[in-house]
Amino acid sequence: MEKLQMLAMIQAYTGIGIGLMIGVGAAGACIGVGIMCSRFLEAAARQPELTNSLQAKVFLLLGLIDASFIIGVGLAMMFAFANPLLAVIPK
Amino acid sequence: MAAGKEFNATDYIQHHLTFLTKPVGEGGFWALNVDSVATAVVLGILGLGVLWWIVRGATAGVPNRRQAFVEIAFEFVDEQVKGVFHHGDRNRFVAPAALTVFVWVLLMNAMDFLPVDVMAWVLENVFHVHAFRLVPTADVNTTFALALAVWLLMIWFSIAAKGLGGWIHELFCAPFGSNPLLWPANLLFNLIEYVSKPLSHALRLFGNMYAGEIIFLLLWLLAATGIFGSIIAVVLGLGWAIFHILIVVLQAYIFMMLTIVYISMAHEHH
Repeated sequence: MEKLQMLAMIQAYTGIGIGLMIGVGAAGACIGVGIMCSRFLEAAARQPELTNSLQAKVFLLLGLIDASFIIGVGLAMMFAFANPLLAVIPK
Repeated sequence: MAAGKEFNATDYIQHHLTFLTKPVGEGGFWALNVDSVATAVVLGILGLGVLWWIVRGATAGVPNRRQAFVEIAFEFVDEQVKGVFHHGDRNRFVAPAALTVFVWVLLMNAMDFLPVDVMAWVLENVFHVHAFRLVPTADVNTTFALALAVWLLMIWFSIAAKGLGGWIHELFCAPFGSNPLLWPANLLFNLIEYVSKPLSHALRLFGNMYAGEIIFLLLWLLAATGIFGSIIAVVLGLGWAIFHILIVVLQAYIFMMLTIVYISMAHEHH
């Protein structure tokens, strides 16, 4: 019963942690990408001949901005399926 | 996936995420993910071998389709290197390294297109291996190996371009100035840069491929809940698979670009 309570508590807080990691990471990444793409659209409207070369850079920067968020998702998945915090419970 | 086994969601996912690990020595840290290494080596030999074979029969006249394809890939990488690397002959090392990295990482990422359950069935029943991860770049060891190789190249080219003394001088004096009071700040700044570059380089590629696999597995779990779940899983799976095609190519491109940028920055004098 003790063990079940400890298990439940760790699982509950891990669940909240996973939600925060993915949610806040996604918010940051999407806001950043939104700002960058709005600038790109503005630039494409001012100078349409640069659209192609700017587009290549947009994709590159998209990958770079997404990096922290995806690392966060990877960590969150690790907590979801192979939670290291559960190791503190005595078998 | 043995027939009589009791299945739950965590078991399914953990089965698909288990590496084929063999100990080299006493195990623990010294364990080799045989599946990642074997797949990476085979794909490297295959990809670069095909390139070499096509280039061997290359003609200066009208090219056949294979040669035209390789020329497209070559020109694509060459354009990128030309735009970034201005410190000498790019054909001696940087451009070939960029092409190698791009082709190899693209092939390794593309292993993610093979359907997970079909491959697991084939591997279990035809080759009798119970755990085999097909995507080498979804293994953090592979991506760190690539990123650490680029990191060592960064340090090598820094020393080659500035000399050992010049490099150490730059470590202590680079961004802020050569006043001895600023040496700790300069060193800290440079150390953080030297640590964060390979870390982000490796984890970006790993995270994208790993998260992609996990989402595929979660979608297939949804399909196991019945006919309605299957329909939803097929629709969402199609959407995610199409998006993942973009991610596979994009991540290979980003890895290559960052390789070029890091090696190019290593040549710079401050």
